[in-house]
Amino acid sequence: MKRILVFVGACTFLLIGLPGPGHVSASGPGSRLPTDELTITHVLNRMAFGPRAGDVDRVKGIGLERYIDQQLHPERIQDTALADRLAGLSTISMSRRELSEKFEQPLMEARRDQKPQADGEAPKVPPPVQQRANSVVLELGEQKILRAVYSERQLQEVLTDFWFNHFNVDARKGRDRFLLTDYERDVIRPHVLGSFRDLLGATAKSPAMLFYLDNWMSVDPNGPHPIVTPPHVARGPFGGAHVVPGSIRQPPRGKNAKGLNENYGRELLELHTLGVDGGYTQKDVTEVARAFTGWTIENAKQGGGFVFRPQLHDMGQKVVLGHVIKAGGGESDGEKVLDIVAKHPSTARFIATKLARRFVSDTPPKAVIDRAAVRFRETNGDLREVIRTILLSPEFLSADAFNAKAKTPFEFLVSALRATDSDVQDAKPFVQTLQQLGMPLYQCQPPTGYKDTADAWINTGALVARMNVAVRLSGGNESRAQTLGSPEFQRR
Amino acid sequence: MLSRRIFLKDGAFALVALGFAPSFLTRTAFATGSSARPKRLIAIFQRGALDGLSFVVPYGEAEYYRLRPSIGIPRPNSGAEAALDLDGFFGLNPRLRPLTPFWTSRDLAIVHACGSPDATRSHFDAQDYMETGTPGVKRTQDGWLNRYLQARREANATVFRAVSLTPQLPRMLQGQAPALAFNQIAQFTVRNGSEAFEAAYTGSSDRLLSGTGREAFDAIKMLKAADPARYQPENGAEYPQSPFGQALKQIAQLAKSELGLEVAFAEVGGWDTHVNQGATQGQLANRLDDFGRAIAALVTDLGDRMADTLVLTMSEFGRAVQENGNRGTDHGHGNAMLVIGGGVRGGKVYGRWPGLAPERRYEGRDLAITTDFRDVFAEIVVRHLGVADARPIFPGYAVQPAKFPGLFS
Repeated sequence: MKRILVFVGACTFLLIGLPGPGHVSASGPGSRLPTDELTITHVLNRMAFGPRAGDVDRVKGIGLERYIDQQLHPERIQDTALADRLAGLSTISMSRRELSEKFEQPLMEARRDQKPQADGEAPKVPPPVQQRANSVVLELGEQKILRAVYSERQLQEVLTDFWFNHFNVDARKGRDRFLLTDYERDVIRPHVLGSFRDLLGATAKSPAMLFYLDNWMSVDPNGPHPIVTPPHVARGPFGGAHVVPGSIRQPPRGKNAKGLNENYGRELLELHTLGVDGGYTQKDVTEVARAFTGWTIENAKQGGGFVFRPQLHDMGQKVVLGHVIKAGGGESDGEKVLDIVAKHPSTARFIATKLARRFVSDTPPKAVIDRAAVRFRETNGDLREVIRTILLSPEFLSADAFNAKAKTPFEFLVSALRATDSDVQDAKPFVQTLQQLGMPLYQCQPPTGYKDTADAWINTGALVARMNVAVRLSGGNESRAQTLGSPEFQRR
Repeated sequence: MLSRRIFLKDGAFALVALGFAPSFLTRTAFATGSSARPKRLIAIFQRGALDGLSFVVPYGEAEYYRLRPSIGIPRPNSGAEAALDLDGFFGLNPRLRPLTPFWTSRDLAIVHACGSPDATRSHFDAQDYMETGTPGVKRTQDGWLNRYLQARREANATVFRAVSLTPQLPRMLQGQAPALAFNQIAQFTVRNGSEAFEAAYTGSSDRLLSGTGREAFDAIKMLKAADPARYQPENGAEYPQSPFGQALKQIAQLAKSELGLEVAFAEVGGWDTHVNQGATQGQLANRLDDFGRAIAALVTDLGDRMADTLVLTMSEFGRAVQENGNRGTDHGHGNAMLVIGGGVRGGKVYGRWPGLAPERRYEGRDLAITTDFRDVFAEIVVRHLGVADARPIFPGYAVQPAKFPGLFS
């Protein structure tokens, strides 16, 4: 453990006359990355949730290049020990429909059946039904902690945490608590090293996001439009053709469908793609929202997925960031908007900045942002290549970056469990711990997600709470408690 | 990495950097010689959407009784369970009797038909809007009370400037300005190894962590000196044993300990009365009983200090005018807030009353809103807390004194 928790300042490094990592031109082909423990510890603090006993030696053994390359291809990494750890969590592999049938619908029925009670006490859903419903997000939280501590695919977990937070959805909003299992597993994680456009498209069509940012009820205020079926020729069972007359059906007006809702359109531009200073106007927000009318959820109460309802869609022409989207495009309007914003230079820059902030420092050097943004545009948003660019950049491997980041409560907890080689049989208490540390899992209210800078997490109350957690995690081992609660361990 | 937390203490940064910062203790409100006592705000959130029409009853409205046959609060002077008359039109729920002395002494004001211009009937979104002070805008990161703290940077601020008696910092207090949250004062301590931790932080060359760590240990010592276990309320105040009562008791204790408390926050739930709400007995009445007794105890306990202290209560939205099929009420719109102390011109119900006739209701079913909650918050920020320009605290809103309810002279 002593070796893992090496926190020698960068200046010491230079004083003893070793070649500083800043001297290495890491990004060139065939260049050799540093092999010293400080650099490897730094890399493990950023690409992973901190080193476990023996990790530094293991990475030293295979070399940093190979370690980085392995982590960029998680599908090639065996992760059987993690699978054993997750085996007891039954909900994390369930489909949306199954979660709805087993957890949401019983809760809804219990709420419907609740009878006024004679004694004037609040009627309550029977505790087992409520507890079962709560268990879905609880198990998801346990899963997140166990993955972060034990997965060999550390970079994938770091990035899943990053991208979930980027496309944040709060479990406390209505039925979202039953949708996040699917959202993280099937919408976020498969795409974190893939194409940004695919990731963006998957979130746009996820029931979790459609519900959280209200797009499911955003409709053309002039609708609903009649469903027009033109006359057409149909073939009978014996091959004979006949003409089916056309029809016009007036669909009922949904009770929630009141008109245009700009929430998703605004956050798509401001938080998911271009960024607040990315150069869009209120008019763009409205036009984007018009393009996404009719993007809604099918059988939401049964765990259904995305559906496009043409009768709720605004069929007129839209102009988004100077691009004309012709009238009559239907579902493709939204896809075109996603194409436009995914290709926009502001998006490349916004995503590059955010990733550099996660991996390099709270105020990343312009050079690394520039390089990552260029790579984003060159590769059409290939996130693996953008991450690779950052990880091999001299700025990332520079002594300036060492310990420059403050750990979030999640990073603090998980890195402590890793540093102490903890054998976590039950992660529930740690879900609770994160609540006490002010970072409840899957419960960040604003769509901005949790902040990734020191000012959000280092304050008086937070430090007192962390020291107490350090004491609890150490099971009476005082020197271990002092290590985990130390100023150095709050950094990564 | 420079510490913004240290910067917050304005000029103190230079001293910290040079290594002879004045001890945190000497920079606190213990320091004598400061003239005016700072103004205080105690914000109380009733989570779950309080039924404002049972809280402050418009008994002058026949429509009220027609639409609420089983849960209406009887007109004043119609028996022991009747509304307590306020002004000939409104009456207080009889379970709030402990608050009537403050009405009589003109320390209690009410703002009715107040709330958010946003149409949402989602608890989640509406609480968010009330706490960020930006209705309809979800991406606001900080709360309006935190923006107040930012707007009025205090060179002598202590870590107890803003305290929430809740497990987590509420949205209203989240943001750049430091604020503390704990359930109980006694929890704010490091149980084991405190001295070794203190030595590690004090000796650390990490400016941010060393500075924040010093503050933490100073704060722990100050709280210990305040000795929460031995606190005795004054003026015969009796706090309920409920979590809400105990939270308010601790706020009073912090306020009296001269630890620099300026903004305090507490919350109380149980207001989402869809089923079997009850009238003057039952579910809602029990919540109101606790609520009224706890606030009365706080105001009584603070005594003279209430001249500088303002208590504000709020809930995310009101409930539908008509009772539902389960003798409860569904989510509505306009609601009532209480404003107590701090020199408020009490003994009056503020805000234009929109009436309960169907065409006067919001979307045909709810109490309409005639006062935007930001006008209440902004008036308190400007006229009680003394901020000259409230616009940065309520971004996107045209703050105009002409729209203030007129709570202060």
